[in-house]
Amino acid sequence: MSDERHLVVDRIKCDGRGLCAEILPELIRLDDWGYPILKPGPIPEHLRPLAERAIDDCPVLAIAMRRAEKRS
Amino acid sequence: MRLLDGRDLLAPLPTVGRRFIDDLERSGLAGRGGASFPTATKWRAVAERSRGDAVILVNGAEGEPHSKKDRTLMIARPHLVLDGAFIAARVLRARRIVLYIGERHAAARDSMLGALAHRSEPERGIVSLAAAPPRYVAGAETAAVHFVDEGLATPTTTPPYPFQRAILVQNVETLAHVAALARSGEAPDSVLLTMAGGVTRPGVIEVELGTTVGEAMARGGGPVEAPRAVLVGGYFGRWMQADEAWRLPLTREAGIGCGVMGVLPASRCPVCEVAAIMRYLAAESSAQCGPCFFGLRALAEACAKPAELGRLKRWAAEVRGRGACKHPDGAAIFLSSAIEVFAREFEHHDAIHQVRRVA
Repeated sequence: MSDERHLVVDRIKCDGRGLCAEILPELIRLDDWGYPILKPGPIPEHLRPLAERAIDDCPVLAIAMRRAEKRS
Repeated sequence: MRLLDGRDLLAPLPTVGRRFIDDLERSGLAGRGGASFPTATKWRAVAERSRGDAVILVNGAEGEPHSKKDRTLMIARPHLVLDGAFIAARVLRARRIVLYIGERHAAARDSMLGALAHRSEPERGIVSLAAAPPRYVAGAETAAVHFVDEGLATPTTTPPYPFQRAILVQNVETLAHVAALARSGEAPDSVLLTMAGGVTRPGVIEVELGTTVGEAMARGGGPVEAPRAVLVGGYFGRWMQADEAWRLPLTREAGIGCGVMGVLPASRCPVCEVAAIMRYLAAESSAQCGPCFFGLRALAEACAKPAELGRLKRWAAEVRGRGACKHPDGAAIFLSSAIEVFAREFEHHDAIHQVRRVA
């Protein structure tokens, strides 16, 4: 099994504080209302530490890292 | 075997077990609530997780504004819908069935409860009723489950998906097909449609799969005047040019969605129609997710302004996939298809409505 991880945002929890996009602009940009738009695809290995920081620093704990999601 | 013309009889349920899911798979049945998800896949996922405690949520919320087919079916064939629910309960080893019916659809509810009263005591004992609030998103799977759990018909974050909690959420028309399949070995080769907008006889019809939109329109008495376009599949469907839509065979792959076929007459301004529907969809956001709450409002406002067309297209692409449920996706697909089909009108909307001298 691959260890590829993706960022996921809990859209209900997310308040659009925007810290994540400051920490990890390589993978996260903000829309016109300040809510994150994620770059599709797995998190490159070298960005893993920054992704972890973005997750830990989110004031509402809306971001997480997941293995590629599968239905059923 | 057809759904609406058949007599709604109360008869002993056929014996079905886990292998019935293979029959479902072979029948190719897909959900008729709008998302067209393969029914067998959903049942298998619930069966794997059921420990005799699955829940069958019979989805008759029908929050789609023009759709009438679910309540028509519940009024005409309540036993057939109940059969589908009890068959699901047996196959998936459920201990509970919830009838989730739009709170304003009293005739449908009374019909279902009337039929239920004739069922055996053990059958009646596992069924309860929940009145779905009259909101667009109330019929979304997670919203339905949230309502039954906590009385709030708002979508929740996935995962967990309902099937991961051994909850089967299934549209009433799908369940009627399930029952017909279990009884006769064949799922009805038909689909329920609601003809709406500029058609002579708006209302619900049942057509064979493969029927073209044009043939279905003829059964609704044809268009009242020259049609400009057809909205295939309701507000979460897509717009098609009238001539192209007329030739479209309604197959499982055609994107029938919830079955609403809305005809836009050539005399109406399509951009104004689209903007009105976008305002409705924006107001129907459950206001939980920023991209949906802010994005749909902005999209609705920008619709009628040609100068905003660039932003309109960008926002429509950006809101997709960024809600807990598919509300923003549905609205964005609807709008994107409109921008394509009505490209000229979107570009020159101000000119269309310019005050001009007539004499």
